[in-house]
Amino acid sequence: MTLDSPPRRAPFTKRHLLQIGDLNRLEALELIERAEVFLPFTQAREKKLSTLKGRTLVNLFFENSTRTQASFELAGKRMSADTVNMAVKSSSVSKGETLLDTAATLNAMGPDILVLRHAASGAAQLLARKVSCSVINAGDGTHEHPTQALLDALTLKRSFGHIEGLVVAICGDVLHSRVARSNVILLSMLGARVHLIAPPTLMPADVDRWGCEIYHNMLEGLAGVDVVMMLRLQLERMDGAYVPSAREYFRFYGLDARKLAVAAPHVKVMHPGPMNRGVEIDSDIADDPRVSLIVDQVESGVAVRMAVLEALASHGANEEADDV
Amino acid sequence: MSEPLYHFINARLVDPATQFDGPGEVLVQGEVILASGPQVASSPEAIIINCDGHALMPGLIDLHVSTGEPGEEQRESLNTAGKAAVAGGVTTMVLQPDTQTVIDDAALVDFITRRGRDRSLARVLAAGALTVGLKGERIAELGLMADAGAVMFTNSDRPIVSTRTMQRCMSYASAFDALVASRPQDAFLSEGGMMNMGELASRLGLAGIASAAETIAANRDIQLAELTGAKLLLDMISSEATLPRIAAAKAQGLDVTASVSVHHLTLNENDLGDYRTFAKLSPPLRGEQDRLALIDGVKSGILDVIVSGHDPRPAEEKRLPFDEAAFGASALETLLPAALILYHEGLIELLDLIRAMTLAPAQILGLPQGRIAAGAPADLILVDLGFPIRFDASRMISKSRNSPYDGRTLQGKVLSTWVGGKKVFSALD
Repeated sequence: MTLDSPPRRAPFTKRHLLQIGDLNRLEALELIERAEVFLPFTQAREKKLSTLKGRTLVNLFFENSTRTQASFELAGKRMSADTVNMAVKSSSVSKGETLLDTAATLNAMGPDILVLRHAASGAAQLLARKVSCSVINAGDGTHEHPTQALLDALTLKRSFGHIEGLVVAICGDVLHSRVARSNVILLSMLGARVHLIAPPTLMPADVDRWGCEIYHNMLEGLAGVDVVMMLRLQLERMDGAYVPSAREYFRFYGLDARKLAVAAPHVKVMHPGPMNRGVEIDSDIADDPRVSLIVDQVESGVAVRMAVLEALASHGANEEADDV
Repeated sequence: MSEPLYHFINARLVDPATQFDGPGEVLVQGEVILASGPQVASSPEAIIINCDGHALMPGLIDLHVSTGEPGEEQRESLNTAGKAAVAGGVTTMVLQPDTQTVIDDAALVDFITRRGRDRSLARVLAAGALTVGLKGERIAELGLMADAGAVMFTNSDRPIVSTRTMQRCMSYASAFDALVASRPQDAFLSEGGMMNMGELASRLGLAGIASAAETIAANRDIQLAELTGAKLLLDMISSEATLPRIAAAKAQGLDVTASVSVHHLTLNENDLGDYRTFAKLSPPLRGEQDRLALIDGVKSGILDVIVSGHDPRPAEEKRLPFDEAAFGASALETLLPAALILYHEGLIELLDLIRAMTLAPAQILGLPQGRIAAGAPADLILVDLGFPIRFDASRMISKSRNSPYDGRTLQGKVLSTWVGGKKVFSALD
């Protein structure tokens, strides 16, 4: 494979990436494979491709996210896109008005790809209906964060060589986690088995119908697993009577050496960041390069987003060709 | 000069009061029905109205309608609501007190009633607020409002959190034999909820409202009805689990009745699909099993009344991320054609279906309309039951077009509507 022209087994037909369910298995695998090609390139000295030359990428972030925003910005710049960051502060007007007003304004500017982060589930779907360019969901409320799942899959593939057959435990605040939702769908699609571990107050309703195994006891849920994905616990959850305290949470659902010992000997640990050390994960584990893939995840992020941008841009090119 | 005489012939009379569904005729003089039956004696000066075999039935009585008047006429005025109502076959509507200016005193009840008489083609009745400002704290002047014409009292969709306040409201209302309507939903359990709790809500990442929120509140209010002897209408029931409680209350002899919205009989949570905010309703649309149980509830009489739950919301309140979009649907025009889906699918008898929108609400409120009987007000609708409609929300009469039925096929068309012997709507116009 070369960097400039992706030899696709099938053309990428999607206009947006709003949720993992928008992709089929083949498309997901191709994105991950393509990102693998970009990976060494992100380490290289000369980091510029011309794939997106003349295209405009707008980062529209209604929620703060240093790392996701930076990752998309870097991915865009490395492919020569003109990249604009719009940090939208929630003002006195309701966020919804801001979203649609902003959509109308942006549409008039004619961007090619919009990357949206928003606090409301379904915001990316709404935006995609209102604009004439591609939309990438960079996290909408408690719904999905598809590029995070793709970068996690890439990280797993780099570490294990395969995803099929892995047993992955996703542990923590599943209820409020868009990362968990996207990962459950993608990992299941790619043939991994998923254990969900959380106290019942942080587990979504009827989640047993997602085809995962559900555990409320972390030691049972971690037994023999290949991978542990920890989720961030928002500290304000204590106020909502979801869990009594950070120390009790860490005692039963925080990842420490004692609990990790029941996993497979070759177990790897992931976290989408930012971490609450001592709440959901022990620093010793997070920083141990033998088990932690957390730094790899960040690296995978840029490569995966390059692959996604390239795929969506290729679709745009097809569309123009059709018009001629 | 005597009042004009109208002779409706060649009709399929559908009258739940007499359980009659068959060919017949109706004679109307002035504002009232003079006679009805297979054949009625007429006089030569009567104006003949040939119904061509279409269904002639009592005009619908809708116990749950909101408008924006006074205060938010851009949502809906009494005038536009009236036009939408008669086009949908609704000849009497009971207005919720949850306007911007809450209908919580006698002068406002009087205002709504008079304004309705002047501006609305359909009859307008007012429901008064149960508590001042719908705040759930102080009892509103129920007696004075009843004297001014309020037909029931409700806190609309703002549950009275304090059980003691609810008990006092119901206890006080019983002195006037007033009907208290309650939208049962536990305020704490449903807090922040956007849709039915379950797998779909989990997948969409939307906060769920458990059925238990309704059942808990319904249980509370039924027990308070027992304690106080108040007449209770459990308004807009959404879940299967609440039905046995209502049935038990009725079996026990309590004066408890219940309503369901047409949306909950014809749609389910899957209609929210890809964050379709036009199907974001309160109470939320629930699962298919709930929907089927609610239909059975209407059939068996556990649920007495079908309402539209008309809640007009302009597009800017609906075209928002799901969390931020308003609840509610504009529904006066679709009440009948949506309800008729159940009849055409063979899920319910026509008389049972129509009773829940005519005779049953009339009996609950003690109204003379809702039946085709000598002496009753001549509120009649002529309906082509089988007429297929591809519903186009952009052509709605209501000022707000937030309909979850946009683009769907409904069946049944109101051909003409008569209120008090006067033709107020014709599909031909």
